[in-house]
Amino acid sequence: MITTLKTLAGVLVLASLTSTQAVDITGKVSLKGTPPAEKDLPLDPACGKLWANEKPKTRFYVVGAESGLGDALVYLKKFDGKVQDPAKAALLDQKGCEYSPYVLGVQTGQKILIRNSDPVLHNVHGTPKLNKEFNLAQMAGGKDIERSLDQPEVIVRFKCDVHPWMFAYIGVLPHPYFAVTDKDGKFKIEGVPAGKYTLVAFHRKAHGTEEKAVAQEITVADSAVSANFTVEVPPPAQ
Amino acid sequence: MVPHSSKSTTGLSRFAAFTALATLGLIGLGGLVTSHGAGMAVPDWPTTCGYNMFLFPISQWVGGIFYEHTHRLWASGVGFLTILLAVALQWRAADRSLARLGWIALVLVILQGVLGGLRVSLMKDQIGIAHAALAQGFLVLLTWIAVASSGWWERSRHAPVSAGLTRWVTFLTIAIFVQLVVGATMRHQHAGLAVPDFPLAYGNVWPPTHDAFLQQINANRSDARDFAPITSFQIWVHMAHRMLAMLIGVAVVVASVRLRRSCGKASLPGRLGTVWGWLIVVQILMGAATVWSNKAADIATGHVVLGAVVLGVGFVTTVVCRAALAAAEVPGVLAGAVRHPGPVFEGRTARRVAAVQG
Repeated sequence: MITTLKTLAGVLVLASLTSTQAVDITGKVSLKGTPPAEKDLPLDPACGKLWANEKPKTRFYVVGAESGLGDALVYLKKFDGKVQDPAKAALLDQKGCEYSPYVLGVQTGQKILIRNSDPVLHNVHGTPKLNKEFNLAQMAGGKDIERSLDQPEVIVRFKCDVHPWMFAYIGVLPHPYFAVTDKDGKFKIEGVPAGKYTLVAFHRKAHGTEEKAVAQEITVADSAVSANFTVEVPPPAQ
Repeated sequence: MVPHSSKSTTGLSRFAAFTALATLGLIGLGGLVTSHGAGMAVPDWPTTCGYNMFLFPISQWVGGIFYEHTHRLWASGVGFLTILLAVALQWRAADRSLARLGWIALVLVILQGVLGGLRVSLMKDQIGIAHAALAQGFLVLLTWIAVASSGWWERSRHAPVSAGLTRWVTFLTIAIFVQLVVGATMRHQHAGLAVPDFPLAYGNVWPPTHDAFLQQINANRSDARDFAPITSFQIWVHMAHRMLAMLIGVAVVVASVRLRRSCGKASLPGRLGTVWGWLIVVQILMGAATVWSNKAADIATGHVVLGAVVLGVGFVTTVVCRAALAAAEVPGVLAGAVRHPGPVFEGRTARRVAAVQG
C-alpha cells in the first residue's frame, strides 16, 4: 500500500513538473505596405573611410524574405512569475560609425556594455523618458562603458551627437521573455513558462509608441507556441 | 547720458560695436550647433571630453564636437571682450549709466555661459531656449551701449516721427524678440521640420494633429538624422512661428513705409526703415528656404543670424525714433546733457528739462 502511494506521488510530481516545463515561442513579423526608401547616411570623412566599398543606409524598415520585418521587438506584455536577475551583459557596439545592433532588448537591471570599436571619438547619449538620461564621451579605443536601465521602457533611444546619423533603440523589459526579429522577421523567445499571455510586436518606426503596437493573446502549455504578426506601414500623408 | 564726442568715447563705441558683432558671430555658431544637432556632442562642462577646454586636441574637433567646441571657445572670447568693455566703460565713460550698462553686460555674459553649461550638464532643452533668448537680449544690450556711446543716433533729431509710429516701432521690436524666442523653442524642441512643406502645411492651410495623422507622418518620415517623432506640440509651435512671422512681416513693411514717408527716404529713420523692411522680407524667405531645404544647416543658421540682425535693426530704429520724438517734444533744448540723452531715458529727461525751462 505504501509503495503504491509513493509511486502515485512520484507520478503526480512528475506530471506537475511536466506541466510547468518552459517552452519556446517562435514566429514571424511581416510588413504590409510600402515603407519609405532608405536614405544614405551622411558620413563625415573620418567615418566615410570606414566604409570604403559601400554606402550605409538608414535602417528604418529592414525588410527581408517574404516581407519579413527585422528589428521588431517581440515580448510578453506582462509576466507575473518570478524572474532571475540577468547574468549576461548585453553588448552595444559602435562600429563603422553605426550602433550595432540597431535594436536591442534588455532586462531591467541588466548590464549593458557599450563599446567603441571605431578609431574615432563617439558620445553615448541615452535619452530615455522613464530611466535616467546620460551622456558620456567615449574615446577611440576607450574602455567599455557599463550602464543599466532600471525601469521598464519601450523604447529608449541612444544617439551619438558627434555623428548625428548614429542611433540605437533599446527595449527595456522587466522579464527575460523578449526577442528582436532577425532580418527575415523571425523571432524565438526561449523558455517561457506555461500560462496565458499577451504577446506584443513593436516596431519603433511603424508604431512610434508602445500603445500602437500589435498584440495577440497566447496560451503557453506543453508544446512550443507559434505566433505571427503583421505590421502595417500607413500610407504617407497627402 | 552725456555727450559722447570725445575720441575715447568714439573708441568705446567702436569697441562695443565690435563686441556686438562678435556676439552676432557667436549667435551664428550657436545656430550651427543646433542646426547640426550637436548641442550634446561634448557631454561635459566646463571641461571638454575630460580636457581643459583650451587644451582640447584639435585632432578631436570632429563631427558635432567641432561646432560645439568652437561655440564654447568663441563664447570665451566674447566673455573676455565683455570684461574689457565693462572695465573700459568704467574707466573712460564720462556717463556713469554707460558704466552701469557695461557691468550689466558682464553679469549677463556670465549668466549666459552658466546657462550654456547647465544646458549640457543637466541635459535640458528648456535651458537651451533660455540660453538662446538671453543671447538676443545680450546682443541688444551691446547694441544699446554701442549706440548710446556714439551719439550717432542723434543725427535723427530733426526727423518728424510721430508718437504713434514710435510706439508701433517699439512694439514691433518687442514682437520680434518674442518671435525669436518662439523660434528658439522650435529649434530646441526639434520642431523645425514638424511641418515639412511651405506655404501650405501638409497640403492644408492648417495641419491636422490627431494621433492617427501623427502616426502616419512619423511612420513615413525618412531622414538620416532620425528626429524624434513629431508631436502635436511641435506642430503648434511651428505654426505659431509661421503665423507670427506673417503678422510681423506685414507690420514691419508697413512701419518701414511709414518711416520713409513721414521722415523722408534720406533721413536716418527713413533709411533704417528701408533696411528693416528689406531685412524682414529676406528673413521670411530664409524661413521658407529652411523648410524647402529640409533644414539645411547653413540656411537654418542664416535664418537665426538674420533674425538677430532684424531685432538689432528694430532696436536701433526704436532708439532713433524715441530720440527724434524727444527732440520734437523739446524743441531748441538739445544742448548740454539733453543734447545727448540716453536712448531710453531721453523722453523723460527731455520733458523734465522742458519743464525746468518753461
